[in-house]
Amino acid sequence: MRTDISKINLESPYTDLTEGLKVFNGGTSKQFHTGEWRTNTPVFHADKCKQCLLCAPVCPDSSIPVKDGKRGDFLYDYCKGCGICAKACPFDAISMKEGK
Amino acid sequence: MAIRERMSGNEAVSYAIKQINPDVMPAFPITPSTEIPQYVSTYIANGEIDTEFIPVESEHSSMSAAVGASAAGARTLTATSSCGMALMWEELYIAASNRLPIALALVNRTLSGPININCDHTDSMGARDSGWIQIYSENNQEAYDNFVQAYRIAEHPDVRLPIMICQDGFITSHGVENISLLEDDLVKNFVGEYNPEEYLLNAGNPMALGTYSVTNFCMEANKLQEIAMENAKQVILDVAKEFEQISGRKYAFFEEYKLEDADYAMVIINSAAGTAKDAIDVLRESGKKVGLLKIRVFRPFPEDEIAKALAHVKGLAIMDRADSYRGGGGPLGVEVRSALFKNKVMLDSVNFIYGLGGRDFTTGDVADIFETLEDIVERGAKPVDYKYIGLREA
Amino acid sequence: MSESLALKDIMNKPDRLAPGHRMCAGCGATIGVRAVLRGLHEGDHAVIGNATSCLEVSSFIYPYTAWEDSYIHNAFENAGATLSGVETAYKILKKKGKVKENYKFITFGGDGGTYDIGFQSLSGAMERGHDMVYVCYDNGAYMNTGIQRSSATPMYADTTTTPAGKVSNGKPQYRKDLASIIAEHHVAYVGQTTFTKDFKDIHRKSEAAIYAEGPAFLNVMTPCPRGWRYETSEIMEICRLAVETCYWPLFEYDHGKWILNYEPKNKLPIEDFLKPQGRFKHLFKAGNEHLIESFQEEVDRRWEELLKKCN
Repeated sequence: MRTDISKINLESPYTDLTEGLKVFNGGTSKQFHTGEWRTNTPVFHADKCKQCLLCAPVCPDSSIPVKDGKRGDFLYDYCKGCGICAKACPFDAISMKEGK
Repeated sequence: MAIRERMSGNEAVSYAIKQINPDVMPAFPITPSTEIPQYVSTYIANGEIDTEFIPVESEHSSMSAAVGASAAGARTLTATSSCGMALMWEELYIAASNRLPIALALVNRTLSGPININCDHTDSMGARDSGWIQIYSENNQEAYDNFVQAYRIAEHPDVRLPIMICQDGFITSHGVENISLLEDDLVKNFVGEYNPEEYLLNAGNPMALGTYSVTNFCMEANKLQEIAMENAKQVILDVAKEFEQISGRKYAFFEEYKLEDADYAMVIINSAAGTAKDAIDVLRESGKKVGLLKIRVFRPFPEDEIAKALAHVKGLAIMDRADSYRGGGGPLGVEVRSALFKNKVMLDSVNFIYGLGGRDFTTGDVADIFETLEDIVERGAKPVDYKYIGLREA
Repeated sequence: MSESLALKDIMNKPDRLAPGHRMCAGCGATIGVRAVLRGLHEGDHAVIGNATSCLEVSSFIYPYTAWEDSYIHNAFENAGATLSGVETAYKILKKKGKVKENYKFITFGGDGGTYDIGFQSLSGAMERGHDMVYVCYDNGAYMNTGIQRSSATPMYADTTTTPAGKVSNGKPQYRKDLASIIAEHHVAYVGQTTFTKDFKDIHRKSEAAIYAEGPAFLNVMTPCPRGWRYETSEIMEICRLAVETCYWPLFEYDHGKWILNYEPKNKLPIEDFLKPQGRFKHLFKAGNEHLIESFQEEVDRRWEELLKKCN
């Protein structure tokens, strides 16, 4: 009964929906890309980054992946371009550019 | 071996709860259902059951906590009456739409106002469209038997809907009568263990419920819920059949009492059926062909079956212990007439409103009601659409 | 506290709130949720509750759930009661051997769902002693319905039900001190926090709340750029000013003990917090100086009160 949400869309017949509209799975929102909303875009300058990670917790959209204590490039599929990370960076390793 | 006992309706339901030994019971006191959480608390205090009781701070919270507990995978119940149920209103719909098989022991009492602690059906009748299965009980025996069957119906995979077992406040809940109880093991085996397929505490298999639904999904979800209610019909009959095997007592959507050859009939719910049966026995002795249809299952509403059972009748009294304030009678009046119309059963009917706020309903009232029907059908009296009975008039 | 507070270790944990949710750009609420959930030890299971709120309608839009853990939304006013039911079910199912794993119970509500409509349900859950954490993400108004005042809204804020106008200065009342009210339930743990540069305060308090045995409450100030009217990028500065002006003191109540977690060396004037926010714009018109003064007096009075409690 685990839910495969790729089989559910706005045109699905009622028989394809889950009982009580429950979703028998976690984290399925990853299949929805909010990056399209972006009007400004953060750019990561790896050369300036000291890996202090002050940018990572301030992201409302979990779009700064951290692995083995180091951040990687932005997850543009989700980043909404709010610019909080750029302000949080003490080393100018994130700049904001207009547009996507 | 059946156990002969005498107990009140509240105790009978509590006894069924004890035998079922459910997991979680949140409840808040309200007359006349308060004894049920009291009995359960006492069983717990004496180590007789494992149930966890949550002494919530309101009925809204009792149904809210019940939704949480049931979603978490626990067999869950609560009890309430009247304004307690009104306070849960929002949660009744949420329990049903989330397809949670919660049981509710409802002890029918009038809704305020004026505030009054006695019986009528305004509480459960108001909740008739909340998506709950509703089963009614004439007396303590039926309250017990219905409660023993409740989880089997609610938890059935084709159904998964909450269920309320209703009995009349004070008249049934506090009236002590003889009762035949089943042995503990028999009940335990009949009800069985609750092992839901999906639940919040299923480690490694997360589940999310209570979604925001855009318009594209809402109606489809409602349809799925509606199908579950349709499915409940067959399940209710199947469970009743199995129950008969362990108890010897027969249950169906409704009980027909001397209805087969009746010219005049009465449709009624809960304890007043007992009064009506007594009156019918007397009237039958004087040659009146009168009978009764006592509705047990009101949700799902067995409309075709009811229409068929009444097809031969000349005059019908539809008895509502609640007014819909629609300027034309009560909810049962609407639904029974709709069932007859749909099935092209054309007969004279009067919708009587009786027993509000605990007003007595007597065998004399029953005789008067049949007299009224005869007047209309045989003596050309002016048809009456709906009428309060037992009302003081100037 | 068994886990490290170093940002590297904290941020190494997998996110338990997935991206793809529909909260606004720059929303404080999900920054808060991420931080709180990092307080869970890896491997521990959790059931997350949620009152109806921005967070709820944006994080679980069928069939997209942003929650990696089991999640239950019931209604607006009953997150406390709902999680009481889940936690009680856990207790009995664990006792019966039907659930083997360890679970933690965390529920999120906005200030409307917590301070106001869900207050009774929260109070009941705390009083009954359920082993759960109620997290209020406090953005100081009913943001989901469009910025109406709540009892968490600061004095003089311009909201859609307390608009500043020719004869109105915004909300007439100061905010309810919910963290203290819940502490007075004598629960196991209460923490008031917001986002600091290193996120240590919120992390430590989240872990303390989650692993305290018994009921715990977190009051997390999570600014809302729409409702407070500031540029989305400014959230960390807004939070800093809230703390440095003592508008939002960082304190905790740990098993009966009141503890002040931060005392600014130079307490900043309240103007510094009010100025960058459009909702207080009218306070800076000539002739309204007395309003700022009265705001300052209330901040001072409450700060002194807190200092006394924490001594």
